[in-house]
Amino acid sequence: MLEVRAIHKRFAPDKEVLQGVSLTVEPQEILCLLGPSGCGKSTLLRIIAGLERADQGQVLLHGSDITETPTHRRSVGLMFQDYALFPHLNVAENIAYGLRMQGVSVAERRRRVEEMLALVNLEGYANRSVDDLSGGEQQRVALARTLAPNPTLLLLDEPVANLDRLLREELLEALRRILKHLQVTTIFVTHDQEEAFALADRIAVMRAGRLEQVDAPAALYRRPANTFVAAFLGFRNLLPILEWRDAYTVCTPIGAFSLPVPSAARSATGFRLLIPPDAAVLDSAPSSATYVPLVGRVIDATFRGSVFRLQVALKENEKDDNVLYFEFRTRGREVLPAQGEPVQLWLDVAQLCVVQEG
Amino acid sequence: MQAALYALPVLFLTIFYLYPLLAILRVSFGASLAEAMEQVSAALRSPGFWRVLWFTTWQATVSTLLTVLVGLPLAGVFARFDFPGRGLMAALLTVPFVMPTVVVAPAFLALIGRNGLLNAWLQRLFHLDAPPIQLEQTIWLILLVHVFYNVAIVIRTVGGFWSTLPPTLAEAAAALGASPRRRFWTVTAPLLAPSLVAAGLLVFLFCFTSFGVILILGGLRFATLEVEIYRQAVSYFNLPMAAFLSIVQLVFTFTIMALYTRVQARLSRTLRLRRRAFARRPASWRQWAVVGLALAATWIGVLSPLLALAVRSFTLGDGGPTLLYYQMLGENLRQSAFFAPPITAVRNSLVYALATLAISLPLGVIAGYALTQPRSRWAAILDPLLLLPLGTSAVTLGFGYIVAMGPLRVSPWLPPVAHSLIALPFVVRTFLPALRALDRRLREAASTLGADPFRRWWTIDAPLLLRALLIGAAFAFAISLGEFGATLLIARPDRPTMPMVIYRALGQPGLMNYGQALAMSTILMVITAVSILLIERFRLPQGEEF
Amino acid sequence: MFAQRHVWNSLRWRLHGARIWLHRLYRGPLLGALLVAALLAGCQPLTSPTPAETATPTPLVLASHDSFNISEEVLARFEREHNVSVQVLTLGDTGTALNKVILSKDAPLADLFFGVDNTFLSRALAADIFEPYESPLLAQIPDDLEMDPQHRLSPVDYGFVNLNADREWFASRGIPLPERLEDLTDPTYKGLLVVQNPATSSPGLAFLLTTIDYFGEDGYLDFWRGLKENDVLVTDGWSEAYFTHFTVGSGGAGDRPLVVSYSTSPPADVVYATDGRTEPATVNVFPPGSAFRQVEFVGVLKGAAQPELARRFIDFMLDVEFQSDIPLQMFVYPANPNATLPELFVKFAQVPPDPVIFDPAAIEANRERWVQAWVELMTQ
Repeated sequence: MLEVRAIHKRFAPDKEVLQGVSLTVEPQEILCLLGPSGCGKSTLLRIIAGLERADQGQVLLHGSDITETPTHRRSVGLMFQDYALFPHLNVAENIAYGLRMQGVSVAERRRRVEEMLALVNLEGYANRSVDDLSGGEQQRVALARTLAPNPTLLLLDEPVANLDRLLREELLEALRRILKHLQVTTIFVTHDQEEAFALADRIAVMRAGRLEQVDAPAALYRRPANTFVAAFLGFRNLLPILEWRDAYTVCTPIGAFSLPVPSAARSATGFRLLIPPDAAVLDSAPSSATYVPLVGRVIDATFRGSVFRLQVALKENEKDDNVLYFEFRTRGREVLPAQGEPVQLWLDVAQLCVVQEG
Repeated sequence: MQAALYALPVLFLTIFYLYPLLAILRVSFGASLAEAMEQVSAALRSPGFWRVLWFTTWQATVSTLLTVLVGLPLAGVFARFDFPGRGLMAALLTVPFVMPTVVVAPAFLALIGRNGLLNAWLQRLFHLDAPPIQLEQTIWLILLVHVFYNVAIVIRTVGGFWSTLPPTLAEAAAALGASPRRRFWTVTAPLLAPSLVAAGLLVFLFCFTSFGVILILGGLRFATLEVEIYRQAVSYFNLPMAAFLSIVQLVFTFTIMALYTRVQARLSRTLRLRRRAFARRPASWRQWAVVGLALAATWIGVLSPLLALAVRSFTLGDGGPTLLYYQMLGENLRQSAFFAPPITAVRNSLVYALATLAISLPLGVIAGYALTQPRSRWAAILDPLLLLPLGTSAVTLGFGYIVAMGPLRVSPWLPPVAHSLIALPFVVRTFLPALRALDRRLREAASTLGADPFRRWWTIDAPLLLRALLIGAAFAFAISLGEFGATLLIARPDRPTMPMVIYRALGQPGLMNYGQALAMSTILMVITAVSILLIERFRLPQGEEF
Repeated sequence: MFAQRHVWNSLRWRLHGARIWLHRLYRGPLLGALLVAALLAGCQPLTSPTPAETATPTPLVLASHDSFNISEEVLARFEREHNVSVQVLTLGDTGTALNKVILSKDAPLADLFFGVDNTFLSRALAADIFEPYESPLLAQIPDDLEMDPQHRLSPVDYGFVNLNADREWFASRGIPLPERLEDLTDPTYKGLLVVQNPATSSPGLAFLLTTIDYFGEDGYLDFWRGLKENDVLVTDGWSEAYFTHFTVGSGGAGDRPLVVSYSTSPPADVVYATDGRTEPATVNVFPPGSAFRQVEFVGVLKGAAQPELARRFIDFMLDVEFQSDIPLQMFVYPANPNATLPELFVKFAQVPPDPVIFDPAAIEANRERWVQAWVELMTQ
């Protein structure tokens, strides 16, 4: 559907924002470009939209090279972080703008605007001024405007970043529902992994102008390609590996662990052991043989609603490498462990994995 | 407190504009009203009067349209592209403002006159017997020179506003399938409309009251109302008639201004103005071509006459390069009591220009806020009123000062005051579109963060509106530098400004005088360009540049 | 090249430094105070007069038009002798200046006014703004220059408005200089003449008056119709005509070798030459009835603060020293025949043989009608 080949972009001689990015997006897929600010994800999006020119590389849509095609002939829909609603047009005129450019008849335009307003739950807003809308309403108008001309490819640049959390989640769900309903191919740019998980079919993690990993959300979560991706996804337990005892056993500052599957990576340096925050249970030993006991002391406990988080020191000195972060179900627990209290943990070694440093 | 502040510009206009104006009108009609009325009705019946009124309006309208047409693409290039020498070029564009018509006209004729450079070149190229361009004494030359004088207003007013427009709007339109041209007409142009109207207003007023340009370049066939007023007031001392014509001119300009300002207020939108101008290096050969074309047009149309003038100041006479005229500027050839070395004239001019800034900037800012007050009843009057000094005959107002200003008549502070009257509309007009577009929520945010009204203004409004304000300041400065106050007020020949030195030199025959006028004009040009560069370089110190 | 870049860089650094400096001042009220102080300091020379050397001199205010000029030395002598400081105000061109003086007659701007010419004489006298003063020096001045029997206005200088021609231009083309005004409507002289608008320019008016005098009220418009058909160029003022369009005055850029100017323009062309020429490039042309005599007058204003000193100043203006200073300061002839004329004047500033001497009352009475008719004709 969309193919991006070896895109390079430089803004200044010493500032190469894209260093050979290649990517394909399948039809009807929602692909998320995830990365910290300044990683080049928005620039890549703007190059796909034709708002920026790549120094090298190609953009192919349906197999044809559109690298030199100007934006307005690309049939891509682009929604901006600030929505960029036209302040001199009302809601209906904003939504109808793309149709007007296509030369759609007035009657058809009107019909389509109504349809779009219904789609984004803004019936009756047609004649409002865009200045009078709330942030969420503006976002939905912007989405309706982007979708109205039926773009082949939808590009969303941090579309919910300016909204409050509740609204954000609500809109993300609505967005996914609408996108799946319309079966429109989408590239979505965000720096928030939760947004990415909520929306994407696949996630492409970017860092400093390069793609680090492209995978489905679950796969990405389970097997981050490197410590950067892992850290960006929110993993905090990344223990240095001191040595490999054999293909199954690694030594870390808090002890040795036997992995369920042999690791190809046998060098001690350049790898870390990832322990997911939900890989342990508290107190009672599970029946599964993959659990190993760990004893520690609570440094901090925070209540997060359905879960609570513990920060546990596994040795006397509280060096970073000796501290692990875990999440446990709140259900069935009246009080959280107190600070300084010793805890007994059972760690599921089946969930551990070795991650390349990077 | 706020009301008192808002009253300041009104007070200023009342004391220095309305009062002298009413005073001279009263004196003019005072003698015999019946006789005056008779003259007036005779004038109304004469075809000549209507012809003059028609021509004045017609040429102002066409000049304005042409200036906008030429200025708009250039404004776009200046707003959107960054290229080597951009700042210098922008500063140079303001220079025509300060140039006396007497020295500009020869520069133009040297380029496109019958014996001009362009004609000679075309004749040689195509082997023509007669010069192909014959614009002298035609309406085209008048229009061309009006464009030359005023295109900077469009480029800077519109370009300044354009550069603070969020670029995402046009990008969104592009993504929605709008071609560059439709993008411009459906998005950029409607958003630029308030600043376009503002620029149009100022250009219209300048052309409506155009005096020297029309006569020098158009000859006698094209008389404007302003010329007619001068004639009645000075040549015939027919004050009732001059007063009547002044009123016609005022009523006319006031009506048009009221209409325009109403339109402009309605066109304004809240926008998220950018803190800094968005200008980028052209990215493709096509963009470079656009920029190149615009620069070439600017060079040919605006800068080459100025350059021709400067070159003449070094070569006039036998043709060889010479510094003679500059050297002689510093020598009191005829031991005149009113001789002033050039440095003195430069200093006097700069002091007046600074004083003009000190008066017109604060007043303009205050007036801008007064005009944007919601439900302000007198905004509808104040807005066009601020523009009126531009549409008022200089002779009439000059006489008004003599009648009304008492001991202030001979005060050295009067010229900056008069310059401020002319500069004020520029400050307000360039400032207003940006002010109206300023997002109210930003100020609210600042308030909640504990900023008192002044700090709020200084930390939020000022940086965001600075660009617009600086453009107004540049115009105010240039206007003051180039204004030749003697027609309006009383000059002290022992304290000459640069334009006064130029005019004095042009009062006697002889190449030395002419050369000195050209030399002084060149100095005036350089001083103007440098001052404007410095003004534009000024930044409120919160930017990334610190 | 590198040096230039270096200068530019250091300039930029200085600018940067200035901005940092501003930044530091920025928060304090100091900036405002400094700006005001800087402004006031900058204006200092404008507001405070130079300190007096001896006893405070009495101020005497002379109002004039913007062409007034005088030698520093000559003026200083008068100031020393009478312990006065003469303040000169220029009020615009001749007509504007006079009108301003008339408008301010209830609160006079000055003690005396110089610059009324014979075309405005009637208006000035009718406005009743001058005190009579018969200077003893008037005895030295020819009677035909005196036009006010009550001596409210005394003649100071006179000059002639007439045609000037580019000698070289005509000589090289073998075209004779025009000998009669009628010649100017001849195709030989098509597109050669530039004149001024009589509605806005005093030489323009003077030239129109000569044509009225020469062709009569019935005939002058026909002559002008002929000039119009012969592509005459009209500008609003003398400077534009002379420096923009006249071939000599414009240094070759203009294309009009004939201009309405003054009989003293040729000596000025030599005085202000840049190539050390001793012969003017421009010559006076005097077809019969084509030169107009302008006389300029001075008078004590009614309500003057220093009437006695003003009278002394008139004596001084009519006396030989000031009169001898006139030619090279203002390029007109001194009214007092005892004044020394510079050699250049004697040589090149010929006095026309039969200048038109117009009755001021007739000018004031008919000016509007004549000019109006002329404008109607020329703008048709």
